[in-house]
Amino acid sequence: MIKIIIRIVVCSIITQFVLLTVQSPSFALDVRRTVLENGLTLLTVERHNLPVVKVAVGLNAGSLMEPEEKAGLANITASLLTEGTQTRTSREISESIEFVGGSIGAGGGDDYSTVSLSILKKDIELGFDLLSDIMLRPSFPEDELNKKKERIIAGLKAQEEDPGFVASKEFKKAVFGTHPYGRLVSGTEETLEPISRADIINFHSSYYVPNGAIMAVVGDISPAEVTSLLQRYFSDWHPRDVEKNGLPPLSEERQRRIVTVDKDLTQATIKLGHQGVSRNSPDYYAVSVMNYILGGGGFASRLMLNIREEKGLVYDIHSFFAADKYGGSFQVGLQTKNESANVSIKEVLEEIKKIKSEPVSDAELSDAQSFLTGSFPMRIETSSRIAGFLVAVEYYDLGVDYIDNYPMYINSISKEDIMRVAKKYLDDSEFTLVVVADQEKAAVREKW
Amino acid sequence: MRKFLVVAAFIIVTALTGCAQTGKLVKSAEEGNVHEAVLSNGLKIIALKDPNAPLAVFQVWYDAGSINEEVGKTGLSHLLEHMMFKGTEKYGPKTFSKIIKRAGGIDNAGTSKDFAYYYQKLAPDRLHLSIELEADRMRNLIMDPEETLSERDVVMEERRMRYDDDPQNLVYEEVVATAFKNHAYRWPVIGWMEDLKTITRDDLWKYYRSRYVPNNAFIVVAGNIDVDEIMSKIRKEFGPIPPGPELPKLGPLEPEQKGEKRIFIKKEAELPYMISAYKAPNILSEDSYALEVLSMVLDGGKSARIYKSLIDEKRIALSAGAGYASTYRYPFLFYFSATALPGKTIEEVETALYEEIDKIKQEPPLQSEMQKAKNQIEADFIMSQDSIFYQAMVLAQFELIGDWRMKDTYLEGIRKVTPEDVQRVARKYLVADQRTVGILIPVKNGSNQ
Repeated sequence: MIKIIIRIVVCSIITQFVLLTVQSPSFALDVRRTVLENGLTLLTVERHNLPVVKVAVGLNAGSLMEPEEKAGLANITASLLTEGTQTRTSREISESIEFVGGSIGAGGGDDYSTVSLSILKKDIELGFDLLSDIMLRPSFPEDELNKKKERIIAGLKAQEEDPGFVASKEFKKAVFGTHPYGRLVSGTEETLEPISRADIINFHSSYYVPNGAIMAVVGDISPAEVTSLLQRYFSDWHPRDVEKNGLPPLSEERQRRIVTVDKDLTQATIKLGHQGVSRNSPDYYAVSVMNYILGGGGFASRLMLNIREEKGLVYDIHSFFAADKYGGSFQVGLQTKNESANVSIKEVLEEIKKIKSEPVSDAELSDAQSFLTGSFPMRIETSSRIAGFLVAVEYYDLGVDYIDNYPMYINSISKEDIMRVAKKYLDDSEFTLVVVADQEKAAVREKW
Repeated sequence: MRKFLVVAAFIIVTALTGCAQTGKLVKSAEEGNVHEAVLSNGLKIIALKDPNAPLAVFQVWYDAGSINEEVGKTGLSHLLEHMMFKGTEKYGPKTFSKIIKRAGGIDNAGTSKDFAYYYQKLAPDRLHLSIELEADRMRNLIMDPEETLSERDVVMEERRMRYDDDPQNLVYEEVVATAFKNHAYRWPVIGWMEDLKTITRDDLWKYYRSRYVPNNAFIVVAGNIDVDEIMSKIRKEFGPIPPGPELPKLGPLEPEQKGEKRIFIKKEAELPYMISAYKAPNILSEDSYALEVLSMVLDGGKSARIYKSLIDEKRIALSAGAGYASTYRYPFLFYFSATALPGKTIEEVETALYEEIDKIKQEPPLQSEMQKAKNQIEADFIMSQDSIFYQAMVLAQFELIGDWRMKDTYLEGIRKVTPEDVQRVARKYLVADQRTVGILIPVKNGSNQ
């Protein structure tokens, strides 16, 4: 596919020392977790298969921390880190990292922002020098801010060409309302315009703090080497008190909402769903297994079997629970020719009703469990995947023994659990339905 | 960061997707961590042992891409790829992916202009499943007529999603269709909608029977595997499949282009977009290394020429870049593409891109740019080895073009490139008479509700 857009991705004395050895039938990962004096949680995994080191840093500086009227502040702060420091221009940063074939970048997220580094081992000193420089001493030049705003706004405009993007944007808004989860991480033209350099400097100094931050270093490097790099490059990263930001509560009330967007398209892009579970919900694993059977399991899922394999109505159909720190969503997504929009929606609702009212079969349950547990190593095959995974495990407080426990979490789920969470978390009546299509041809029904 | 080698564009099925002959070995060789064997029915096996890999990968590659189709039946190769998941007598319909998933694996397939391939990622001790299932569907597909019609509908939905409703991909499709007037590269892998409507079960069956034979395929298996054990299992399952008749090689290629071609697409869109594609050789040509370096000098990140000029300094493009499709089996394209920023015209973007090309033609790149480009290609190559799947892909891509052993000489070729080589290939290939330009003209129809 020819999308040739340039994408740049995406101290201290040790006070605690935990060594974890994680084993699954064909997989082992040795994670060292330490909490440094400044409050930074450091996770390291040694892998000597390649002379490469990958670093991911998660910071409590996501869009949860920004004011609604300046949505996009967290993201633009992150993305400006590489655009100038006290001693380096934007050009000098890109020139030096690209000269050694590495990459460094940062971006915003709902819950947390991420800074990442990818570099050959021989250049690790340069890598950490740059990493600390952009994180601790960014200068946020005014002209770089203006350029970044211009590009983010233009990017948002370009994405309006993508029906999937438009549908997701409308879906989030309808499901989460004014909560930060309801808006785009990038913000909008209206909320980006008023963001000033002072806002960004303030956001950075408030939230780019080591206490509560998570750094994962994975690859051809020993924990001792990491410690010495941190001492050299991050020793003046000091903890600061963080003001608690009052989040608007997530409204729990459910209601039917139908949102249609009219465009000159051959297909209807459809999202159907509602709020779901947060990542730390005790039902998260039951919901994972249930969703695999409903629409998460690709060709093993009911939605795929019914609506693609039996009826030939779609190429892609899936469902998922997106689980964040303070809440989450459930959604079914599909594309079908405009004329089949109603029949596809009807089939989706039938499948939701069915999984709420009839127990799943023994085979469905055991297939789901064996996939979810057996495919785990695949999700963390490479050093960059491992680094990102470790940051998430730590951020969502899943426990140092998460990989160890995961099979047990999944295998303990029963058919009754599935029925219970389907009834509790799936709603075939009070849902949000978004349809981006040629509305005349799609003629979406109002009553379901 | 760009990936090492632009892996040929192909389509994936999901979103994301017996004869008495024995499997005698006729050839077996080992080089480094790669073991090669050829069975008497012509099936080649390339096995890569990587003791560090937590996973294993099994891939079957068929010389059955869209270039083997006929006019009026475009999209046949890709539709057949879908049908390969529809079951055999032994395993029945809708079971292939279920069996793999139950084993904790992932499976999928893809079709490109040159080939179709099928793969599974599994724990190494479960590779026997791949071997049994793949051997079975090489020979024993059912291809139920009703299922065929239903799957045709699925592929039409796929076409609508990937092309008909994606203005930038429509421009790409049209540029390729215009750049080539004779070579079968001109039609899209997914096929023209009108052709999809007419493909029959019979068309698919003939194609399957003639091209899905061991002497028209090869296997790549990689991971922390016991090579002898895997080879013997492959011999047992694939060995008895009889070879098919020799297939004719493709006929005449593309005549020389004698002047720029230019097309326009009018479609509901937000921003103007362009592609400018030049005819370029593939990796079998010595010039390919210099073209690879050239693409990095132009578009190896934010410090490279196109970003610096069009995005950072002139501020006329939202995105702009260059790409070199070197791993096609026949000469394909070196292309540029860009999206204009709101308020800027696509003409000024196009002009600015050509200025960057002209600069290289007038003056070779600096030594520091050369070194950076080479470092980037090398680092990308090393980093990509972290995925066993990608290691297998690299072996297969080289094997399709000529020989998997080319992976060992690739970086050497890159290191040898001089600034003058880069200037020379820019002058030789990036010439106006050899290009096809496609422009997206946004029009507005719909309104939000």
